Amino acid sequence: MAKKNVQTLKSVTIRFAGDSGDGMQLTGSQFTNDTAILGYDLTTLPDYPAEIRAPAGTLFGVSGFQIQFSGQPVHTPGDSPDVLIAMNPAALKVNLKILKDNGIIIVNRDAFQARNLELAGYKSNPLEDESLTGFQVFPVDITTLTKEALKDSSLSVKEKDRAKNFFALGILYWLFTRSMDSTMEWIKQKFKNDPEYMDANIKALNAGYSYALSTELFATSFHVEKAQKKPGKYRNVTGNEALTLGLITAAKKADKELFLGSYPITPASEILHELSKYKNYNVKTFQAEDEIAGIGAAVGASYAGAFGATTTSGPGMALKTEFMGLAIILEIPLIIINVQRGGPSTGLPTKTEQADLLQAVYGRNGEAPMPVIAASSPADCFQTVFEAAQVAFKYTTPIIVLSDGYLANGSEPWWIPPIDSLPEIKVEYAKDPDSFKPYKRNPETLARMLALPGTPGLEHHVGGLEKNESGNVSYDSENHDLMIRLRAEKIKRINDFVKMPELVGPEKGDLLVVSWGSTYGVVRTAIEQLLDENKSVAGYHLRWINPLPKKLGEIIHNYKNVLVPEINLGQLIKILRSEYLVDAKGFNKVRGLPLNIKELRQAILDILKG
Amino acid sequence: MSLDPNSLIDEQKLNVNPENYSSDQEARWCPGCGDYSILAQMKKVLPQLGIPREKFVFVSGIGCSSRFPYYLNTYGVHGIHGRAPAIASGIKIANPDLSVFVITGDGDALSIGGNHFIHICRRNIDITVILFNNKIYGLTKGQYSPTSNKGMISKSSPYGTIENPFVPVEVALAAGATFVARTIDREPKHMVEMLTRAARHKGTSFVEVYQNCPIFNDGVYSELTDPKTKKDKLLIMEDGKPYIFGQDNNKALNWNCNNFEVMDVDANTDLDNLIKHEEHAGRAALEFMLVSMTINPDLPTPIGIFRDIKMDTYEDLLIKQINDVKALKGEGSLEQLFNSGNTWMVNGK
Repeated sequence: MAKKNVQTLKSVTIRFAGDSGDGMQLTGSQFTNDTAILGYDLTTLPDYPAEIRAPAGTLFGVSGFQIQFSGQPVHTPGDSPDVLIAMNPAALKVNLKILKDNGIIIVNRDAFQARNLELAGYKSNPLEDESLTGFQVFPVDITTLTKEALKDSSLSVKEKDRAKNFFALGILYWLFTRSMDSTMEWIKQKFKNDPEYMDANIKALNAGYSYALSTELFATSFHVEKAQKKPGKYRNVTGNEALTLGLITAAKKADKELFLGSYPITPASEILHELSKYKNYNVKTFQAEDEIAGIGAAVGASYAGAFGATTTSGPGMALKTEFMGLAIILEIPLIIINVQRGGPSTGLPTKTEQADLLQAVYGRNGEAPMPVIAASSPADCFQTVFEAAQVAFKYTTPIIVLSDGYLANGSEPWWIPPIDSLPEIKVEYAKDPDSFKPYKRNPETLARMLALPGTPGLEHHVGGLEKNESGNVSYDSENHDLMIRLRAEKIKRINDFVKMPELVGPEKGDLLVVSWGSTYGVVRTAIEQLLDENKSVAGYHLRWINPLPKKLGEIIHNYKNVLVPEINLGQLIKILRSEYLVDAKGFNKVRGLPLNIKELRQAILDILKG
Repeated sequence: MSLDPNSLIDEQKLNVNPENYSSDQEARWCPGCGDYSILAQMKKVLPQLGIPREKFVFVSGIGCSSRFPYYLNTYGVHGIHGRAPAIASGIKIANPDLSVFVITGDGDALSIGGNHFIHICRRNIDITVILFNNKIYGLTKGQYSPTSNKGMISKSSPYGTIENPFVPVEVALAAGATFVARTIDREPKHMVEMLTRAARHKGTSFVEVYQNCPIFNDGVYSELTDPKTKKDKLLIMEDGKPYIFGQDNNKALNWNCNNFEVMDVDANTDLDNLIKHEEHAGRAALEFMLVSMTINPDLPTPIGIFRDIKMDTYEDLLIKQINDVKALKGEGSLEQLFNSGNTWMVNGK
């Protein structure tokens, strides 16, 4: 047995890439689960085409999955992979430009035939010319070797071929000196009803590992150091899973049935899928006839006393707009989740973007103030939706929760909070007919009095027409002015309840970076690096965009410059400029991908240089 | 509508006087509007249902009809245009103990809300949908609607409409509503019966009410209401009875070669040989043939119950499914939820 030369690393970024039928998402998520169980911190980014099975071998059919893991806190899936697994020429071509210098490339040499090379637009075979100079290339006949390993199997040639992703995974486990136990266990569970597949996948996995071991494929294998994480129980979650868990938890803490009204849309559908599994948790899911009915039913359910929620993405938000206005004038608790994707229109359905912010904050007819909260990481989606629920009931208001395609599909370890550490969500309903008025308000929060249908003596009307305090339709001009101001003031008062974001860096200085949503990891990483280099830079990451933090106006003027990085053409920046008359600069890349740390660092350094 | 057996015991809670269902809001429809009649009949029906007043929820969309909930002192939601079925579905699914009505109009239900309307019928949620059909947009002051007669002159069709109208009952039947009926504003007793039957039906029930708009479409149903013509033009369908109509009850429908034809009847006619109305048969061919008479000038327009069949309701099936999953997996708790999936421990130093 060859002796391992083991090199120790702080953090590693790996990218799996192949045809959308090559099973790269599965391979990536298996590696991720294993990484999580080993106790590393990690962040992942799946990156797949909109077509379910795009034509094989084409550039646009390439499906990717990236993971960064480390013993230190990891905030992003990594800018540039250290290791690329490319199952065909297209996967190599698409991903080569982001690979680190001297990075490792493991390719399936079998796939580098004339037809595939042509589909990928290669004039000559890159494995045979000079084009991969500067990288460590490891061509492996993955298809042939997998077939060979499965020669005794009764599976068809095509079926055997599908096990090659496990062969590739086996190679990686050797490279990172990992045990394969948890993946073996997973295969056994997953294919317990298909012994042929189970056997084939296990054999392929073992074959890949043995191949790397016995051929001494790599001169070095890697060990990534582990460090202590916050003690407690963890689970790896995607953003969509965390939203699901958060919704169920908030409903339980409010002692309410959860009602989800939703219509399938990428990348939000998983929340509907997940919640419909949890019927035994007092969850009712209603797959509506369209986006409009999804929110409409949720409004009805909330009115009738359930915890009402609706989930969608950009185009669905556009359709739900009118109902949001109704929820605002009804002043009814409601959670509206927008998992943003590339727009406008159908745009880039499977890619991430932050371009629905102005739609969320302003996009309705009339003066329609809507609280907006944005999650900052996959696991943070849990806390975000929980906090939104607290506010929705305390202030009797609908709330928009913004996630995005990156958070939805990306994953990271979630520190599972002790159940008792999560507060109960108090919900009050009127009981006394003598004092009941539908629009009588709590003097502190300005929340209105809610009464549930079915309560004797509290029969009343609500609706989209302007009302006076007693719930009757009122066309009185002074009353309308008053109600508009009350609804706006109520949303401002949410600041009395929610915590202000933490300022990272010095309280005064040359540059403040104000960010929101899923750019948190990239921005935080860049700022930490620059603070280590003694740069005069600070970061303020917003959680609530409406209302904006009370002290932001004060904070923002303590710096000579303000930079606002966003995955849009500058939306938060417009709000900040109009609120605080500040000459903020934007850093905007709208590529359907997370921002790049290196590029952001450069933008910050350019401003600091002046 | 489902009855709560517990609340039935407490007779004191029931308000039996129609005026007990009047709100303190003055109805603001035009003088002579058919909506007044519907409101009056509804106030008679509600106290008879054996359901406490606080359990009624009236949900409406937008339009003249949709002001209806304000004039009843039950729970009421005045929603947005066309979307009342969506709101009502959420209410009923969240709390099946409530007795939920949707009040809508021809434009509200069949134009802007067409999608929601067909899907509430399809799902068979136990909700009663009352559609006030005046064949015109009234609140926006007189544009043609999806039920306006072809060729109708209106503000938005000065040279006559070129669109084929929907027949609301036909849409409801096709979409799978389990109770489908039609009545008319000038026949209060008939309307009371239809509304009562619809309210008591378990599943989505649909009642089209022919309603005159005296301002923008006056007289659209005059043939069916004028004493001189109505006996010849209006057919009142009654379960188990032959289809008799005409000034002196001298006409009947005969079923011949998959078609209805009109035949003369007199004292000597053997009525037993005539085809009889079957509300509960659920035979699509007959239901649709009856409804097709609506637009046939040679045949009378039928009112009454087209369909009344039993089928599991959405909410009953949902609750059953929830109970089945609970029986299989146990009642879910946060402890379970937080320990599900691949979890691992990180121990403190």
